[in-house]
Amino acid sequence: MDRDRFETVTLRWLRRAVIAGFLVITLVPFWYMLVLSVRPIEQVLLRPGSLWVPLGELTVGTYAEVLRAVDDGGQGFGTFIRNSGLVALAATALTLVVAIPGAYAVSRLRFFGRRQVSALFLAVYLFPSIVIAIPLFVVFTRVGLRGSLFGLVLVYISQTLPVSVYMLKNYFETIPISLEESAAIDGAGRLGIIRRVSLPLAAPSIMAVALYDFMIAWNEYLFALLFLVDKPDRWTVSLGLSLLADGVEVPKTVLMAGSVILTLPIVLLFFAGERLLTEGLTSGAEKG
Amino acid sequence: MTTTAPGPGHSPARERTGRPARPGRRPLTLRRRESRAGLALVAPTLLVVLAVVGVPIVWTVLLAFQRVRLATLRKTGLFGEFTLDNLDRVVHTPGFAGTLGTTVLYSIGGTTGSILIGLVAALVVRRPFRGRTLVRASMLLPYVAPVVAVAFVWQVMLDPQLGIVNDWGQRFLGWDAPVPFLSQDSTALWTVIAFEAWRYFPFAFLFLLARLQAVPGELEEAARVDGATPTQRFRHILLPQLMPVIALLGVLRFIMTFNKFDDVYLLTGGAAGTEVVSVRVYQFLTARTDVGAAAAQAVVLAVVLLAFVALYLRFFAGREES
Repeated sequence: MDRDRFETVTLRWLRRAVIAGFLVITLVPFWYMLVLSVRPIEQVLLRPGSLWVPLGELTVGTYAEVLRAVDDGGQGFGTFIRNSGLVALAATALTLVVAIPGAYAVSRLRFFGRRQVSALFLAVYLFPSIVIAIPLFVVFTRVGLRGSLFGLVLVYISQTLPVSVYMLKNYFETIPISLEESAAIDGAGRLGIIRRVSLPLAAPSIMAVALYDFMIAWNEYLFALLFLVDKPDRWTVSLGLSLLADGVEVPKTVLMAGSVILTLPIVLLFFAGERLLTEGLTSGAEKG
Repeated sequence: MTTTAPGPGHSPARERTGRPARPGRRPLTLRRRESRAGLALVAPTLLVVLAVVGVPIVWTVLLAFQRVRLATLRKTGLFGEFTLDNLDRVVHTPGFAGTLGTTVLYSIGGTTGSILIGLVAALVVRRPFRGRTLVRASMLLPYVAPVVAVAFVWQVMLDPQLGIVNDWGQRFLGWDAPVPFLSQDSTALWTVIAFEAWRYFPFAFLFLLARLQAVPGELEEAARVDGATPTQRFRHILLPQLMPVIALLGVLRFIMTFNKFDDVYLLTGGAAGTEVVSVRVYQFLTARTDVGAAAAQAVVLAVVLLAFVALYLRFFAGREES
């Protein structure tokens, strides 16, 4: 057997093994999360290595405890879900409202400082968020925005804007200018062109950006921790879950139920829009 | 025609067929109108980014040289008395150098790990096979899942009493005693680095896969005809094509890991020799309520990061010339 043949055969088998390995390391943690969330804690302590739930053991008591309101002896995740949903939706909508005209301008219009805008975004994006967090903490404390969900929305918009504008800009650039020109000849103004021609064409890319923004806002932790920690009724799911872990009496199975509640919406959204999202994020990257 | 640079807004073809453009006011106003529209459309974006990100960055630098505590916050103005006390306090608080070292190790480890795993992942799903879409989607899961949830799953999996890893380790791998991965000095940092590599390999994977699929098939075909084996084709055809992306990913991931707060804070809280600079900033800000010191520590973080990036860019620019 020559070297080429040997390598081809070896790599074929190696490839299958590696793919299986990847499936294990990416899926097992999530499966484990799900399994633990429906097992009673005593059983977990007894047999910690089990990746399966005997039907008799199955319980949803953990979810009930997590979701019940605090007054009823639960952990109040219902409120957290509402807060997270509100913040993420508002941040997504507002980011799009700001990013779409911005991206259009950067991709289509010549104006003073157009080139610098992209560089500025990159520079800003690379600064540690903890650096930004301190003055925001100070300002928000002074103007009374700390502890309000609106302050959080504002921060999330600023965090997602650079990537949103970048993704949208790349997409706008692929739309042929002639389409917009013919609309202009038909008498459409600048805003009319954006609304009637560019926006409908960019719909898939806008969906991808919306998905990305929602995920970032839903998953975010640091700013929620800094701004909302002393306002339990405003906690997001991430924050509520992390503080739940500090409670001594809270069993790990309940913690896992909370994790499932936090993860599930994102995973569902992600599988619904996976193709859109990956293409949106990496478009332009293949140019090197 | 010389006064109007044909740009995206209007094509030269239209100008040729229409009336000849008069030099002077009209083309200028068109150009100016476009410029105004551009600025108007981009203004909200700029405003938000400058107000919520740009100004705070500058302000942090100012705060770093002022005496500000959380309790006296309401009384201090934008320009108080400037002092070097904060920096002095930050540098002389025990663990300053250790934290910096940990951060560097953590960043280099996390970056290298995520890029290597991402590269392997991109290579194995490159060609179509049954179930490829599913495999690709599941490979992105660690990256899209909320950090709080995945950090807790890792914590529980690695738990000495009820974690699956220690149970299986003792049952199948013959470990004598459960390993407290996240709370002993010898393993905590490596565990955190492994977490980082696991969580961010999908990022590298996405970009490397996109680049791999853009490599023209003839290149590899030609090499194969010339008798290059699979590993040789990777080494001499694919890798050079991927190098620019890998270099870019290196900088991006290094910067992002260097600034990372959530992952370490959630996994260990900075205990067992895993305290990175951003966790320390957080401690100054909340546990000690010392805003000035927190800002000074954050500035140290940013300056060290800038130095590293400058060094890296210089190194790479130098290599490409030779």
